[in-house]
Amino acid sequence: MSEALTIPAPELDDLSRPFWDALKQGRLTFQRCTACGHAWLPARSDCPRCLAPDWQRQDAKGGATLVSWVVYRMAYHPAFESRLPYTVATVQLDEGPRMISNIVGAQPSQLRIEQRLRLRIEAEADFMVPRFTPT
Amino acid sequence: MASNLSGKVVIAGVGHTAFGKLPGRSTVSLNVEAIRNALANAGIEKTEVDGLFVKAPTSKFEMMYAQKLAEALGLQPRIGGIWDHGGASNISMISYAAMAIEAGQCEVAIVALADNPATGTRQAYEKSYGDGDSGTYGWFGTPAGYAMIAQRHLQQYGTPNDGLGAIAVACRKHGAVNPNAQLRKPLTLDQYRQSRYIVEPLRRDDCCLVSDGAAAVVVMSAERAKAMKVAKPVAVLGFGQGQTSWDVALRPDLTTTAAKVSAQTAFAMAGLQPKDIDVAQVYDCFTIAALMTLEDYGFCAKGQGGHWVQGGRIEVGGELPINTSGGLLSETGMPGLQLVIEGVRQMRGDSVNQVKGAAKCIVSNQGGIMHTHSTLILGQ
Repeated sequence: MSEALTIPAPELDDLSRPFWDALKQGRLTFQRCTACGHAWLPARSDCPRCLAPDWQRQDAKGGATLVSWVVYRMAYHPAFESRLPYTVATVQLDEGPRMISNIVGAQPSQLRIEQRLRLRIEAEADFMVPRFTPT
Repeated sequence: MASNLSGKVVIAGVGHTAFGKLPGRSTVSLNVEAIRNALANAGIEKTEVDGLFVKAPTSKFEMMYAQKLAEALGLQPRIGGIWDHGGASNISMISYAAMAIEAGQCEVAIVALADNPATGTRQAYEKSYGDGDSGTYGWFGTPAGYAMIAQRHLQQYGTPNDGLGAIAVACRKHGAVNPNAQLRKPLTLDQYRQSRYIVEPLRRDDCCLVSDGAAAVVVMSAERAKAMKVAKPVAVLGFGQGQTSWDVALRPDLTTTAAKVSAQTAFAMAGLQPKDIDVAQVYDCFTIAALMTLEDYGFCAKGQGGHWVQGGRIEVGGELPINTSGGLLSETGMPGLQLVIEGVRQMRGDSVNQVKGAAKCIVSNQGGIMHTHSTLILGQ
């Protein structure tokens, strides 16, 4: 397969690597502050609510709701040309954190805000991507 | 108790370049041309200028850019530099200039911006945004962020797509009359409905132009303008700012923006209300941004914008004409200072789409994906 047809790999650093490593084991993780209990994504060194540097990674249970979505009708990257039209969504995990993801297994016309979603982790070239599908 | 600067400072002169494709021109060169024109419009010499506030060019970030520009202008300002919070920067810099003038830190300030994404670099526009995994989800480009917000608005409030269309139609109608506009082709609502999707729900005609160009304004005290016999000063009655500063994905409420607090601050400073405004220049990088700004400014109730803008209400001759020179959708996609210039023209009475008897104009600027906002109220 040519290089151009591989979707961009996540840019990893010490903070974000555990998130992508956990996905390879089938787990979607987020951070929770041990001081104030706030939960968040994406990875940060400090709690954005109380600024404490102490937190733990926890596994999401996989339930989420749909906040909003868009449907790409043109590709901004050659690897997405064969995937058009595709959906990018803002989803809210039941545990609180929000994230950008993709909606799969549904026609865009079937989507509604506040719709219930279920995590579906899908394999790409050499990484796993957390996506969601309507329940 | 803070002092109220309402009416103490004026915009004494405005200037701009041609808009569209200006190949071979650097942003410094474009800025110099706009500033030369603004100084001539104010009828003053560059030697009077002791403040220089410049928006960081969006197309490419350059360190110490304002100092490079000052060098090209042969100026050694007392105060100034670049400001960057996206398209909101212009009005924010006008407010900083006003505060600097009133605090005795400078007397005559230039506020300027230049950009050349059409023929120069588009470095800043091409990147995916957010964190390092945006590209993995195919989350690219600025239009998508606005589309995410638009979808939520359409769904949450039952906003009709024709509401977005009405904004595009009004801007294109007004721009068609403006000889300086980059896109002078009017748009019908039917044509809008047929326009292709870029990132659904946003269509091509919901998205602003990509433009090279520059704009500049001269700011000084009302007193100084009188002493210098400036021909057509326009009073700054109010200004305000606000920042949401949440990534679109993290923003708790996608359909309300910092426009609200920004306008409240500006209206309070001016002692005015939405009903006092005769004409508005509303930042329309995407139609949804203009629609939500009109709601957040209090011209209509939250969620009603899509209905309120229809039926000619926002066109010249309507209740609140917006973007009378065409806005970012028709005049130039440059991020915002041209809207201030059109506000000045309306207050001087020399717009190509002059609103009869217009005495108060509100101007909005915003940046990022509705992260930052600034508001300016001008008066005769």
